[in-house]
Amino acid sequence: MIYLEKRPQPARALSYVTPVLAVLITMVAGGLLFAILGKDPVEAIRTIFWDPVFGEFSFYYRPQLLVKGGPLILIALGLSLGFKAGIWNIGAEGQYIMGAVAGAGVALALYPLEAWWIFPLMVIAGALGGWAWAMIPALLKVKFGTNEILVSLMLVYVAENFLKAMAIGAMKNPEGFGFPGSRNLQQYPSAHNTEIIAGSGMHWGVAAAFIAAIMAYILLNRHLLGFQIRLTGEAPRAARFSGVKPGRLVLFCMGTAGALAGLAGMFEVSGPAGQITTGFNVGYGFTAIIVAFLGRLHPIGIVLAGLLMALTYIGGEAAQSTMQLPAAAIQVFQGMLLFFLLAVDVLTNYRIRITLGEAA
Amino acid sequence: MDFSSINPALLLASLMVASTAVLIAAIGELIVEKAGVLNLGVEGMMITGAICGFIVAVTTGSPLLGFVAAAVGGAVLSLLFGVLTQLALANQVASGLALTLFGLGLSALMGQSYVGIKPPSTPKLDLPLLSDIPFLGTVLFRHDLMVYVGIALVAATWAFLKYARAGLILKAVGENHEAAHALGYNVVRIRFMAICFGGACAGLGGAYISLIRVPQWTEGMTGGVGWIALALVVFASWKPWRVLLGAWLFGGVTVLQLNLQAAGIAIPAEYLSMSPYLITILVLVIMSFDRSGAPASLGRTFHASQ
Repeated sequence: MIYLEKRPQPARALSYVTPVLAVLITMVAGGLLFAILGKDPVEAIRTIFWDPVFGEFSFYYRPQLLVKGGPLILIALGLSLGFKAGIWNIGAEGQYIMGAVAGAGVALALYPLEAWWIFPLMVIAGALGGWAWAMIPALLKVKFGTNEILVSLMLVYVAENFLKAMAIGAMKNPEGFGFPGSRNLQQYPSAHNTEIIAGSGMHWGVAAAFIAAIMAYILLNRHLLGFQIRLTGEAPRAARFSGVKPGRLVLFCMGTAGALAGLAGMFEVSGPAGQITTGFNVGYGFTAIIVAFLGRLHPIGIVLAGLLMALTYIGGEAAQSTMQLPAAAIQVFQGMLLFFLLAVDVLTNYRIRITLGEAA
Repeated sequence: MDFSSINPALLLASLMVASTAVLIAAIGELIVEKAGVLNLGVEGMMITGAICGFIVAVTTGSPLLGFVAAAVGGAVLSLLFGVLTQLALANQVASGLALTLFGLGLSALMGQSYVGIKPPSTPKLDLPLLSDIPFLGTVLFRHDLMVYVGIALVAATWAFLKYARAGLILKAVGENHEAAHALGYNVVRIRFMAICFGGACAGLGGAYISLIRVPQWTEGMTGGVGWIALALVVFASWKPWRVLLGAWLFGGVTVLQLNLQAAGIAIPAEYLSMSPYLITILVLVIMSFDRSGAPASLGRTFHASQ
């Protein structure tokens, strides 16, 4: 008979191994899924995970890795702070949208003025937009004890509708021949989020993601606030006795997550996406949840996980065009990854014991 | 704008229809939470049920078989959540989110070749005599079977939790799983059954959207109804009849804003579409003052350690 025995402490070494194990199991299960869909599993896995980085067209795909990974890392870093403390902000998608709308709003209001301060102002507006949107569930939780999971999620749908209203209303391009969507910020030099090194995919948002990762690392390892976040997650009672103010922590974690998600949205709309459209958001806010867990809520882990998840997006698109693999298959693949990750996690916290015959 | 185009009897009748999907899903989740498990995967199970039901109904031509398949689909998906949280002892919030993300992807994959098809229509039960009553006949007695199934489920759940021995055991497990375990009840098995029931209900609710409410298949068509179902359970303080009330409130807001859109009110449609979500937030805020009904073991992992 098999039973689980709780470890006195989570196994350290295993906590590094399990994410890799989960990725490998997902590759096998994903291969099976692709086989069921009538595609060659080995070729599909190679197209998704190998070709974009090492294949013939990698010169095109490698920059994309940063373009797609940047927002994922930025959002996931913010989420990880809250998740560590048991604060569940799952509305990053909405905060991402509001950041983009706020950032683009500044640019569109100032068009066609050219000045050096426009882009920095957009950055601030983007962060504020996301922050304000996250403050709604945070304040409601602190003031009334309202469930932050449900409120932050409801606000995603509100934000999506707001985005639609903006794209066909206030922010519509007056020279757009009546089509929905704003002016293209890529053609507005003062507002364009350009690549820092041309052709590398390294735009300002990617730089912000790496800076945020370093800051998060310092916060969690060298700062009292970071210690309080970890303490609240692991031992909420002990945290309260040691003087941690839970309300303040909620505001900080949710606010930071919102600001970072807002930044990601703003960098996306002024860079790779270029304009506010009705379908501008593509679910980065939700995928970032997987990134945060896959990275073990650790800043360095999140950077690696973000790049890996970006790879599944890019590889998925490649497999879509070369092998006609359906787009949804990649979504299933990403979902499976989180499943397996949570499942193998049992190994870090419990020992599996096998006894022969009846257990006592 | 023309408010006279809004007929109160038809409005109330469509309220009944609009509230059914969320009602069935919420009742399922109520049982799950009463057993002490927080399954945030309702949205994922609903959308999976929606596509399972749609595929089976289209291929067999029978909506009834479709609903059965939807319940099975939702239940099977919920088993994944059960394995994760009850056997692998994973965090329930994260596992529920995983279930939703996975379900959304899976349903999109399954439904690829079903976009734009019309499902077989579900007949309305035209109850003779009753449906001829002026006003009330239109409001109450000209609906499809599932509307009544939803209300029957509420009554059955209420009776089950109040009078049935099994219902009392379920509540005991949800209130204090250690004590229930010490009394010799199999906590994990009871929770598995509750999770499965919740999955089946979510599946049914999803299929109601794809087979009757819309009726069509589009990706992500449940549009947050699963999350609203979760909010309804909180709103209802874990009491079955209050779930019905909440579902009607939600259905009412949905129908009213659709009617206002059709009547050509001066507010853009996008802002009106926000209203069900905003009302849900408002209701959550109001209800957060009363948390007497929450099962004490809700969301906590159970492990029979020595």
